[in-house]
Amino acid sequence: MTIQVSKRLVLRFPIHLLDKPIIHKLTTEYNLVFNILKAHIIPNKEGLVVLELTGKEEDLQRGLDFLKETQIVVELLAQDIIRNEDDCVHCGLCVAYCPTGALYYEPPEMWVRYDDTRCVACEECIRICPTHAIEVKF
Amino acid sequence: MPKTVAEINEKIKRGDAVVVTAEEMIDIVQENGAKRAAEMVDVVTTGTFGPMCSSGAYINLGHSKPKIKLGGGRVYLNEVPVFAGFAAVDILIGATSIPDDDPRNRSYPGEFRYGGGHVIEDLVAGKDLRLVASAYGTDCYPRKHLETLININDVNEAVLFNPRNAYQNYNVAVNLSDKIIYTYMGVLKPNLGNANYCSAGQLSPLLNDPYYKTLGIGTRIFLGGGIGYISWWGTQHNPSVKRTENGLPAVPAGTLAVIGDLKQMSQRWLRGTTMLGYGVTLTVGLGVPIPVLNEEIARYTAVRDEDIWTQIVDYSSAYPEGKAEAVGKVNYAQLKSGTITLLGKKVPTGSLSSYPGAREIATTLKEWIKERRFLLTEPVAPLPGAGSGYTFKGLRIREG
Repeated sequence: MTIQVSKRLVLRFPIHLLDKPIIHKLTTEYNLVFNILKAHIIPNKEGLVVLELTGKEEDLQRGLDFLKETQIVVELLAQDIIRNEDDCVHCGLCVAYCPTGALYYEPPEMWVRYDDTRCVACEECIRICPTHAIEVKF
Repeated sequence: MPKTVAEINEKIKRGDAVVVTAEEMIDIVQENGAKRAAEMVDVVTTGTFGPMCSSGAYINLGHSKPKIKLGGGRVYLNEVPVFAGFAAVDILIGATSIPDDDPRNRSYPGEFRYGGGHVIEDLVAGKDLRLVASAYGTDCYPRKHLETLININDVNEAVLFNPRNAYQNYNVAVNLSDKIIYTYMGVLKPNLGNANYCSAGQLSPLLNDPYYKTLGIGTRIFLGGGIGYISWWGTQHNPSVKRTENGLPAVPAGTLAVIGDLKQMSQRWLRGTTMLGYGVTLTVGLGVPIPVLNEEIARYTAVRDEDIWTQIVDYSSAYPEGKAEAVGKVNYAQLKSGTITLLGKKVPTGSLSSYPGAREIATTLKEWIKERRFLLTEPVAPLPGAGSGYTFKGLRIREG
């Protein structure tokens, strides 16, 4: 069995690519499975898609190279959800709310930790954080 | 041998007082017994860092030329309305105040991004605040309008004065309904989607002195990163609730009113806070030192999370309707495990109160005492105690 690799990405589509079937190509030409976590299109301006791509490592790399050639701006999702350590008071209100366990307690001190690899960018923590310590950059 | 506060203070001044946090005291009592622990330890420090809505700050602004009488007028700080019902230039910022043009819950759930709690945080942080005021004008105070920047370093007094802080135990909030609700206990997902609690548990001040035997009016405390005092018992103080055999209430019970000079406090321990769909509040850091006068106090200060039980309340119906119904009981060790089982369902838990914050406060207070920067006080008067008959009443709506 080949090892499957996943990457969570933020794709920014420039205006001239808004009507191109880019994600379709990722599936048909690079054998990648996609799971769209969020999509937002501003007509005549830009498009933004947050998605998880899964496939064989070399397919994933080829797919990413293809995306870069198209002039789509590609960033890792983890870089775009930011917890500001100065603002976080480590209460943990977000912990029970986070659907994937990306925000979790570390006992016994009960520090609130953030594991960006488990984040699906639902952005609920950003809405509920009492000190507005979590930001999204995309 | 029982000790007195004066004897403990002498040891602090000599630099040989033994000071530990309420967390450290657990093991000391477990290993040595309460009697021996009372001989070994002089002071146990506690802490709590959570949202406390009944918090505020009053300021004396100083007089402008010509003078203005703000009392009876309208005053805003960074667009947040503040109370101006005192003398000419005394104002009071309440933590939950919000700008007149904030959409509140008309756009549901309201975001409440800035309010009184944030004004207090910005003030203590040394930021300039925009004051806008209008007044009716008098012969001795002719000015009718005032617009200026103010700064904590320029005003006369700036005093944090919180009518109710440091609740002795608190409810766990859940939602039994089928729709999401937005409460002061956080966002509660439908059908027991999450359970939120708000206490530092074994580090919480009033859970380490459950009968208020060492603390009272006049007790010197850690408040907002500086030194403060217990000024009175807090509003809704309810000491007469049922208690377990170790003296612990399993429902919200005692509270503290506290006061202190805001100028020596820090932003780190006074944080403007938003509860989505509910409003603005202030997260306050507070810690109380407990003199270990005897074996009984040593036993109280060794309280553990698993000994502290609290009630689980449905905030979709029982709480808003004022019904004294609990869905169940749970202890803080269970709450801190991250999941509790309720009505056959595993429910993730979240806290409003910061345990790492509580720990840091207890540790800071310990350091202050060890460094002889903080001496203990005897209370000037006690708080109403468990046998006082003092209770918390509801409001009877009357016509007339």
